[in-house]
Amino acid sequence: MSVPARVATLVVAFLAVVAGGSFLVINFLLSGPPVESFTTVSAGQVHVTMQEDPQNTVSNKPDWVSYFIKSPTTGKWVHTTLFRVPAGTTVDMTILGYDGCTPLRNPFWSKVTGTYGNRAYVNGKPVAAINSWSGCNVGHTFSIPGIGLNVPMATPSVTATLCGTSPCTSGPHEVMTFKFKTPSTPGDYFWQCRVPCGGGFIDGFGGPMQTIGYMTGNMEVVS
Amino acid sequence: MAASEAPAGARSSGAGPAEPNHGLRIFLIWLVVALAADLLIWFVWGPHLPPGDMASASGGQQFDIKVMSVMAAPVMALVLVYGAYAIVVWRHREGDDEDGPAIHGNTRVQATWITVTSVIVLTLAGFGTYELINGQGAGAGEGPTAIWHPTGTKPLQVQVIGQQWRFTYRYPQFGGFETTQLVLPVNKWVQFNVTSIDVIHSFWAYQLGVKADANPGVNNVAFTKPTQSGRFIVRCAELCGLWHGAMNNYGHVVSESAFMTWASQTRAQLANVTRMLPPYATTYDPTVIPTINKAMAKAGIAGANGYYYPPNDPVQP
Repeated sequence: MSVPARVATLVVAFLAVVAGGSFLVINFLLSGPPVESFTTVSAGQVHVTMQEDPQNTVSNKPDWVSYFIKSPTTGKWVHTTLFRVPAGTTVDMTILGYDGCTPLRNPFWSKVTGTYGNRAYVNGKPVAAINSWSGCNVGHTFSIPGIGLNVPMATPSVTATLCGTSPCTSGPHEVMTFKFKTPSTPGDYFWQCRVPCGGGFIDGFGGPMQTIGYMTGNMEVVS
Repeated sequence: MAASEAPAGARSSGAGPAEPNHGLRIFLIWLVVALAADLLIWFVWGPHLPPGDMASASGGQQFDIKVMSVMAAPVMALVLVYGAYAIVVWRHREGDDEDGPAIHGNTRVQATWITVTSVIVLTLAGFGTYELINGQGAGAGEGPTAIWHPTGTKPLQVQVIGQQWRFTYRYPQFGGFETTQLVLPVNKWVQFNVTSIDVIHSFWAYQLGVKADANPGVNNVAFTKPTQSGRFIVRCAELCGLWHGAMNNYGHVVSESAFMTWASQTRAQLANVTRMLPPYATTYDPTVIPTINKAMAKAGIAGANGYYYPPNDPVQP
């Protein structure tokens, strides 16, 4: 083989390796769910709407429970758990609970904390706590440890037939509403579910419980 | 040492000027450097060594580190002094092409070296073992049956419950309330009963000198007595999942009267949640919830891929 041919082969091989590496980094390491931005403040607050579903038929993990966020720009449900809000602003949160019940591992998290008045509303009715051990009535929680926020999510009746296609648009569900104030300091505040809802994993704490885009995510507070 | 003595002896028999006593020189330089280093370590650096002296356990650890440092510094100083002396005094000089003397060892030096290093190592081993067993438990988790515990006093019981990704604290002597705040009284012994309800965590109250693994189904006991009021940080020291790095919070050491006020107020504020908690036990196993398990089994509930997953049920990822 001539020298030019060898050089050409070497260059092509090098470019192939670079292209393969770039593809790997971009598609697997740097990819992730989109961030929904709620930066339009109306009357001192932003409105965030989410839902939690018993399954997730829009991903390659259809049997994983998952949260969805309603896009503030398109109004469509987006499979993500990342959202952005302004600092020092009231978040008016609505979460549609389509999933069934699973008791809390630690009933301490039955208590609503970190919201205005330490209250949440189930279909408009105020609650200070939901006891998941006294009845099968809690599906998940929405908790931001960094700001002391914890809200147990109420569930439909135990005999209800749950929504089977995500994102859910119909079917029995509970409407949870609550308000909280974002920190005055910009930064990242992770949020999580405290119910062991990772079916198929040890003690229910694997899979969706450990994966951003399912039962945990991040609230990015910006100035 | 052998190298320093052999050249001296070899060259003193030659025609040149008499060699100085290099061994004595090195010893004197080392003595001054080692003494200065030890004084600096003990009196200047020592009070600032980690983890501080906010509690009995951390104070004990700081003392141990000071002792170790004071014993290690002379050894390090000897190496550095000898090396520096060799570079300065025995370096190659222009026109000196003579071979160095053949060295065949020195029994006296070897025996001294072996004896001194053996004494140092064995002393430290004995000291460390004594401090570990008798030094107030060293602040470490001592397992369910503590090998050391304070005598003549009833410590404040605080249960530390590790869970992804937060520690909560339960005070059984105050009605068993559970809270995310860790508040302790100053100058009172505290018994931490450390456990977990999911994976393995590690309770690390840094300034208190307490570090104990939190294992599900196990009560890991650790003791300390805070001696100063103030704030301390609590971290998880065991990789425990996605948000392990954010699993930290601050605790507070306050006066006994302030602690009693806080405890009674918190007990009242959390009364409605305390009623939902299982009876206090040294291990925390909510996988056994007879009431809810029976109710769910009766209803045949499978929502949310729900159920309550006992440790052996069933699947491994």
